[in-house]
Amino acid sequence: MTESPASRTNPPPLCDDAAFDVLRPPPADVLADCVHCGFCLPACPTYQLWGEEMDSPRGRIQLMELGRQGRVSMNDTLVGHMDACLGCMACVTACPSGVRYQSLIEATRAQIERRYDRSRADRWFRAAIFALFPRPGRLRVALVGAWLYQRLGLRALARRAGALGRLPARLRTVEALLPPVRLRQLLGRGQPAHTPAVGQARRRVGLLTGCVQRVLFADVNAATARVLAAEGCDVVAPPEQGCCGALMVHAGWEEPARARARALIDAFDAAGVDTVVTNAAGCGSTMKEYGHLLADDPDYADRAAALAARTRDITELLTELEPRAPRHPVDVRVAYQDACHLRHAQGVARQPRDVLAGLPGVELVELAEPDLCCGSAGIYNLVQPEPAEELGARKAGHVIATHPDVLVSANPGCAMQLRRHLDGAVPVAHPVQLVDAAIRGVPVPGAAS
Amino acid sequence: MVPSALVDELAAIVDARGLITDAAQRATYECDGLTGHRAEPGVVVLPTDAAQVAEIVAACARHDTPFVARGAGTGLSAGALPHPEGVLIGLNRLRRILSVDPANRRALVEPGVTNLEVSQAVGPHGLYYAPDPSSQVVCSIGGNVAENSGGAHCLKYGFTTNHVLALEVVTPDGETVWLGDGGADPPGYDLRGLILGSEGTLAVVTKVWLRLLARPEATRTLVADFASPTEAGRAVSAIVEAGVVPAAVEMMDNLAIQACEAEAAAGFSLDAGAALIVEVDGPATDCDHDIAAVEALCRDAGASHIRHADDPDERARVWRGRKAAFAAMGRLSSRYFVQDGVIPRTKLGECLATIAEMADEAGLRVANVFHAGDGNLHPLVLYGDDPDEAERAEKLATAIAELCVDLGGSLTGEHGVGADKACSMPKMFGESDLDVMARVRRAWDPRGLCNPDKVLPTPRLCGERPGPYRPHPLEEAGVIERM
Repeated sequence: MTESPASRTNPPPLCDDAAFDVLRPPPADVLADCVHCGFCLPACPTYQLWGEEMDSPRGRIQLMELGRQGRVSMNDTLVGHMDACLGCMACVTACPSGVRYQSLIEATRAQIERRYDRSRADRWFRAAIFALFPRPGRLRVALVGAWLYQRLGLRALARRAGALGRLPARLRTVEALLPPVRLRQLLGRGQPAHTPAVGQARRRVGLLTGCVQRVLFADVNAATARVLAAEGCDVVAPPEQGCCGALMVHAGWEEPARARARALIDAFDAAGVDTVVTNAAGCGSTMKEYGHLLADDPDYADRAAALAARTRDITELLTELEPRAPRHPVDVRVAYQDACHLRHAQGVARQPRDVLAGLPGVELVELAEPDLCCGSAGIYNLVQPEPAEELGARKAGHVIATHPDVLVSANPGCAMQLRRHLDGAVPVAHPVQLVDAAIRGVPVPGAAS
Repeated sequence: MVPSALVDELAAIVDARGLITDAAQRATYECDGLTGHRAEPGVVVLPTDAAQVAEIVAACARHDTPFVARGAGTGLSAGALPHPEGVLIGLNRLRRILSVDPANRRALVEPGVTNLEVSQAVGPHGLYYAPDPSSQVVCSIGGNVAENSGGAHCLKYGFTTNHVLALEVVTPDGETVWLGDGGADPPGYDLRGLILGSEGTLAVVTKVWLRLLARPEATRTLVADFASPTEAGRAVSAIVEAGVVPAAVEMMDNLAIQACEAEAAAGFSLDAGAALIVEVDGPATDCDHDIAAVEALCRDAGASHIRHADDPDERARVWRGRKAAFAAMGRLSSRYFVQDGVIPRTKLGECLATIAEMADEAGLRVANVFHAGDGNLHPLVLYGDDPDEAERAEKLATAIAELCVDLGGSLTGEHGVGADKACSMPKMFGESDLDVMARVRRAWDPRGLCNPDKVLPTPRLCGERPGPYRPHPLEEAGVIERM
């Protein structure tokens, strides 16, 4: 645990009693774009849950403005309402005035991590998350422990004995979110550095293998590479690539996130690829914002913007490429869940539906409240378990109401959250796994059809 | 200050999350959709049912403390502006649809239910709730009742008052009563009608029986471009004279088109001087006949381009653009005042020409959105952060409202008077008119606790400078601070 949220600099505050200092505060011009119309309220998950102005996007924007003016200091109230934001960006989609809320909340969170003293337990818990998740090596070791816990029947024992009830809510959530761990998956060799195109290559694509994705959803990475190769792409997965920094950006750990962004840019620039493809919505949205994240770094600003411009979600790329590989019928009823970082942060809602609906035999159904976050939201379900729990149950209810054979989501966080709340009622897969199944003519993972 | 004994009583009525005393949290309630008027409430309470509302109001009455009811906070006349020494009652948590009665085409809802949620809930029965304020995705039924809200389709279907059958309200002394019996014309005084549009000054609404309509068989929509609002206005007059009753006739000037198109990408022509949206609905054969007549009349009036938006997605985009007109103004200007004047339709050209002159004189931009069918004009006066500009904008907005009165119209069509236009009321009403209104108000609320300082002018209100928040010089010097 060598990292901290930011280098400990002490820039002066914006004004007396201001919540923020002069180093990248929430920009005044973006704050001023908000006309307080309230169109964001029904889109906001926490407003839906609690009906409170200060836990709505326009309320949070107003708190930021008060923080700038020095009417609110960096106190528990301000931090509490910013921590409660899922960062789902549903408000960005809903906003008629085009307020860039993402830049406001990210700037505010970075200020919080730099200027606010969290309780020791909170600090420890957050540091533990960042010591583990963005580091596949450590995560793998930790999961071997989880495998033992599950394999030796300790989980069943702990659940029976009611031991979990005595854990703090956050640790209970960590336990509950643990997917069933397979040792083979943990000890697997990982994604090959190069998967050649089938037939004539038409594009050279870099694959982001991710941190959590690589360890817990290696099969999604494998499916992505197979599908891209079948569609005529040379797939390069640079072995030296690390985490993209998304979890850190969303939590305000600005400096570590910037360091990871630089390293990833180096890795993909060296690989010489036309397109960088992600199969995790949170990673894609962060990489598409690299230009913004590194705008004031003279060595990286241009390269960051260039990488952002050639980053695509896998479903975007599949709609760009004319299908080449024949598809077999898959015959499943599919519920598609919009990952917020795809639908709202990247504005990608049509493409995954087009990809799925284009598979022979797929019956695509829509969920109620498709705009609403499932509560996963990066590390949100770990640090804010109660609202995440309510949202997860609500989303699972909507899924079950559509009686699908499989639920499909394009983000590992959503997949874990929904797998937990669906509790075996409906299997969960990534859209690319359905495409893979159709191309190979094999059953969809987990789905009985 | 709200008496601490009252705060204790409120704490006992609502749950732990329902009482807000923290200064920063209260500050997020300091204004509604009209940000030019701000006041931090003494405390905020968020009840969860009608019984709690009655207890809260009764407690305020016992302590002689003013209270203000607030829905979604989207109002545009500062009608939900809090009282700095009073209790703000947020009704957002009363959001249950209690009953849907498709056979009798009615629904019973709580005041925090949003306008659009009603139509969504009754949609499976082929029904909908007709009044459609532009903020319908967020504005609440309680607020619609308070303001007697209109919307684009009120031209044909009438305002909120035509769609509310009965109301449960809490009177300012804390008593719960039903007004109206659900019938079309109950005997006795129409006290239900008195509450509609009373802007929260007579009672707090806690349940509403709404009238529902069957979805029309067909809808046809066209967008016609004109060189200027004057020509578009001529087309509107021709449509009305020809006896066509459209469901909606909406006009936007060029500045408004720019903002709406940036938001909705609905295909509005960015170079048009004015765009007219005309919609007809009803039986399909009638619609086809009417829309053909409308198209011909628009062409006669000089329309340069006509587009039919009959695909449901395209129609939805057109309306999304139009309905986001105010909210999308942030793309053009960080701040604005919106006015709500009504003018005789025949005076449109004259009115817009005068507004343009006044705007030039003040050095400000004014965008115009217009419920053209019923003469309801919404000029948006845009201004920036400069306090001097804000003051000029506030003056210009007031002058525009008063211009509408001078032209034989009204200060407000649907947004209400609120705190924003209370001081302009004498421009429109004589002393005896205002006195009668004050007596009606006193009959309900003898102690003046229920949303005080709204609608009717008071010396205290009108002696202070209205307009955007300006720090007091002592505040700037750090001697005093805003509570």
